[in-house]
Amino acid sequence: MKYDTMLCGLIRKNRLAEDIFDFTVEAGKLAEAACPGQFAHIYVPGKTLRRPISICEIDRDHKTLRFVFQVRGEGTRLLSQAEPGDRLDILAPLGRGFDLGGTGRKAVFVGGGIGVPPLLEAAKPFGENAAVLAGFRSGNAVILKEDFERAGNRVMIATDDGSSGHHGLVTDLLAGLACDVIFACGPTPMLKAVCRAAKERGVPCQVSLEQRMACGVGACLGCAVRLRRETGEEYYGHVCKDGPVFDAAQVVWED
Amino acid sequence: MADLQVNIAGVPLKNPLIAASGTFGFGREYSEFYPLSTLGGISCKGITLRERPGNPPPRIAETPSGMLNAVGLQNPGVDHFIERDLPWLKTQGTVIIANIAGNTPEDYCKMAEKLSGTDVDMVELNISCPNVKQGGVQFGTSCAGVESITAAVRRFCKKPLMVKLSPNVSDIGEIAAAAEAAGADAISMINTLTGMRIDINTRRPVLRNNTGGLSGPALLPVAVRMVWQASRRVKIPIVGMGGISQWQDAVELLLAGASALQIGTAFFTDPYAPVKIRDGLQQYLDRNGVASVAELTGAIRPW
Repeated sequence: MKYDTMLCGLIRKNRLAEDIFDFTVEAGKLAEAACPGQFAHIYVPGKTLRRPISICEIDRDHKTLRFVFQVRGEGTRLLSQAEPGDRLDILAPLGRGFDLGGTGRKAVFVGGGIGVPPLLEAAKPFGENAAVLAGFRSGNAVILKEDFERAGNRVMIATDDGSSGHHGLVTDLLAGLACDVIFACGPTPMLKAVCRAAKERGVPCQVSLEQRMACGVGACLGCAVRLRRETGEEYYGHVCKDGPVFDAAQVVWED
Repeated sequence: MADLQVNIAGVPLKNPLIAASGTFGFGREYSEFYPLSTLGGISCKGITLRERPGNPPPRIAETPSGMLNAVGLQNPGVDHFIERDLPWLKTQGTVIIANIAGNTPEDYCKMAEKLSGTDVDMVELNISCPNVKQGGVQFGTSCAGVESITAAVRRFCKKPLMVKLSPNVSDIGEIAAAAEAAGADAISMINTLTGMRIDINTRRPVLRNNTGGLSGPALLPVAVRMVWQASRRVKIPIVGMGGISQWQDAVELLLAGASALQIGTAFFTDPYAPVKIRDGLQQYLDRNGVASVAELTGAIRPW
């Protein structure tokens, strides 16, 4: 099985910040098949389209998946109203996740806001070899800091208003930080800056992207992203099947 | 057990449920869920004479009880389809329908000719894609256009020819009659209804193409009405589609006059939708003592 749908019992629910929810579900074979950086497509009763939510943590022993998501619209608001004991219709694991490579390398993980959760499962195996740079609006929006620290990662916070950590852009924290590889997820301006920094240093960089999505499996071609082949030729790939994680050198930033 | 088999233009289908073009790719992604032989048929992603890159994103927007898409016929071209996709599809134990779209009548005719030399089971003429400037819809919204393109392709197409109609017309009955008169063996309907959404914060259309095609449950009553109207004008079989998400919707479209059905957007909500619809349809027929699904076609009792 590559992916399938399953009714998954919600076993833990927490609210991490004003609009950020933390769900852990019993996911059986879906959890066993999942890799860091992949995502799930979650059915919301009454909605035509599922909601693509990145996988935050995978516990293969307990066969659970953890999702940390932001309420962005009506669909995620409805999803946030699920309670422990409810069952969620989940299609997973989907897409291509992070290619971690050797975890003995010095890695930097750069996350912005709700782009931070998909980095957790990828950063854990790097332990103290990983520096996690996480940017948020303000101190009360900071999430998952302790989770990364528990895995041995060094965490540096940046906030827009300076109420926690560095007052400024999360990418400011890249200055002077030596590394062998960069992994990033967050808003487009942040990703562009991270890719630029990686290119300047000649360091490989993987970015996790998002796009409005329908099928989630690569059939409908809805979630297009402009990519560049090694030959320089540009084409539309798809976030759900070719991604959501892409080699930064492949991505053509539009607009 | 009631008989679910139907026959469309001489092509036998084990059940009336066909995957709708554009929602199912070339089948590989959904074969992860169940054998494709579960389906009566597959109408493949719309193909063009040459590869098309598709529209810039965003291509998708959700709507009340539905969605808009403006994928723009991204596809690898007819030759790639014939060489790389069709051989695999033909081993899957289901009816394979090639959906073709073009800029010019010559494009359509060339593709029909190429496909006539393959073992594809049927050709679906896409003259209703609303998302590309020249993707056939220029032929699909007038009777003269439908008649001329259908007649032209008919001369080159040795396969059963199904014409997929656009709902973006004022008299669907006239359009259906034009397709039949020009030699169509079947009609499939309806394609998406052109729609639009605007982001109220940026004041930009949500879709980069500005407009897109509306599909999903919101479309069902329009599809039922149009299939009913078309069925009163033509004798050729109608493959009904538009918003089918549960077996009850399938029964409605059959009663309205459809002989088979296409399922599309429902895959996105639930990849197993066709299995559930097939089983629900079977139980409905058995419960009501209907021997064959074909008996439902046009069995509406209009006021």
